[in-house]
Amino acid sequence: MLNPLVNQASDPIGWILQIAWLLFFVVFMFYGQRIQLYVMLREIEGSLSRLKLLRDEGRKNAIQTIKELGKSEGDPTARVDQFLEYFALTPQSMDPAGIVWKLEHLLDVMDERFKDEVKIMAPAADITQARNLENTLEVALDLNYIYKVVRHFYILGKKTVSLYVIMQLQMILPLIMRIAEAYAGALKAVTYGQPIGDGAGALVAATIMRGYEKRGIPKDCVVATVPFEGRTAYVVKAEGPGGNVGKPGDAIKQIIEENEGKIANIIMIDAGEKFEGEKPGEVAEGVGAIIGGPGVDQFKIEETTLKYKIPVNAIKIKEDIGDAISPMRKEIFDAVAIVIDRIKRVVRERSKEGDAIIIAGIGNSIGIGQ
Amino acid sequence: MSNEVEKPRKRIPYLFLAIILVTLALSAVALYQALAEYDAGNSGSGNSFLLIGGSGFALSAYMLFQTRRKTMRLEIKEQPVVTTIACKKCGFKNIRDFQRGDYIFKEAEPCPKCSEKMSVASIYREVEEKH
Repeated sequence: MLNPLVNQASDPIGWILQIAWLLFFVVFMFYGQRIQLYVMLREIEGSLSRLKLLRDEGRKNAIQTIKELGKSEGDPTARVDQFLEYFALTPQSMDPAGIVWKLEHLLDVMDERFKDEVKIMAPAADITQARNLENTLEVALDLNYIYKVVRHFYILGKKTVSLYVIMQLQMILPLIMRIAEAYAGALKAVTYGQPIGDGAGALVAATIMRGYEKRGIPKDCVVATVPFEGRTAYVVKAEGPGGNVGKPGDAIKQIIEENEGKIANIIMIDAGEKFEGEKPGEVAEGVGAIIGGPGVDQFKIEETTLKYKIPVNAIKIKEDIGDAISPMRKEIFDAVAIVIDRIKRVVRERSKEGDAIIIAGIGNSIGIGQ
Repeated sequence: MSNEVEKPRKRIPYLFLAIILVTLALSAVALYQALAEYDAGNSGSGNSFLLIGGSGFALSAYMLFQTRRKTMRLEIKEQPVVTTIACKKCGFKNIRDFQRGDYIFKEAEPCPKCSEKMSVASIYREVEEKH
């Protein structure tokens, strides 16, 4: 194909094109990797500016909400900035025996610390506002952390001119951006107290317990005794409508112990990760303690149910990470009625009339009353 | 972290623009040369120059599109959320935009039809699926 160009050697334009062609080859031969690095860096820079925008938006949102609701005396900016750098060290696991209790203690301390911080920053906020504010600060903290981690590896890759550091970051970046965008979607939801996708399980429990007397149960949960398909159902959820997941592990353990282990079945409902290609709001059934988080509550439920040999059934409402922390989608809301029908069927098939059962709606109760 | 929220810098990729301009100029020259070759009856050379010029134009257009795409994404989309207030007695429904303080099962104003207390029946957002 180049022959006609070579034949044009006497023509100055032909010469220019030939030299440009040769230069193109030489540059790509010696600087190909650098050009690739530059293209990757440019791509990361674009994502990094978006992450910075999301981080700044999270911070601005938190400061504004504290000023609006908290009516604190001074400017909360410095305190918010301090909060955004907060960290928690995971327990040492060289001797893993008893690590669950160490982790639980750490999580309790962190929870108390967050609550205290919110109280100091926004003394005038009521309990619902304080819980929503705590969630807002947590989202801002996560966005800040994501931004800093990506920036760290971007600068490190640039400093070391390492294709492999940059390449790893560039390859994982779409997944990181997906999580960051999901958190950005959660910002307004948690600030305004809108129900989020993660609250699907809590919404199911709230719908079943509506109109019945409720009592508080440790920690930050509510339980109602409801006649359900001829059985006595103890319906549990995290106390709403403030942003709160409670400790359903403790709540379920207490109900089982109050009934001296005479619980025929436990049905847990929670939002769960869907596969790509599946529709949000699809419902699936299984067995086991369906509950997210660091695993402490799951561990407690498994320990207690094993002790009393109580079967645990799980119902999952499928959604992706973006839907889980963004305002609840209509499809997920509509799944509540389907889930209640499924619970009725499971209860009829897996227990006898007159039995006592537990129905636990797991998830964040933000924007969901009871 | 500074106290003021910084606005994202609008970067002008000068080097990138220079590469695009040079590629565009070379492509224009190649296309001109292709025409000249066709005029002279050398269709073989004409095809080669046309291929080079066409590829150059396509490459620069792609690079230009890439830089435009990056700047357009710097915004956060608001997600419209609606609240449905319903009357349990007569089934009257009122759908409106979400207001701060709304929550599911919150007691709302009396029903305009039967004066029974209404409550928030649902709060959700509708998403149009991208195919």
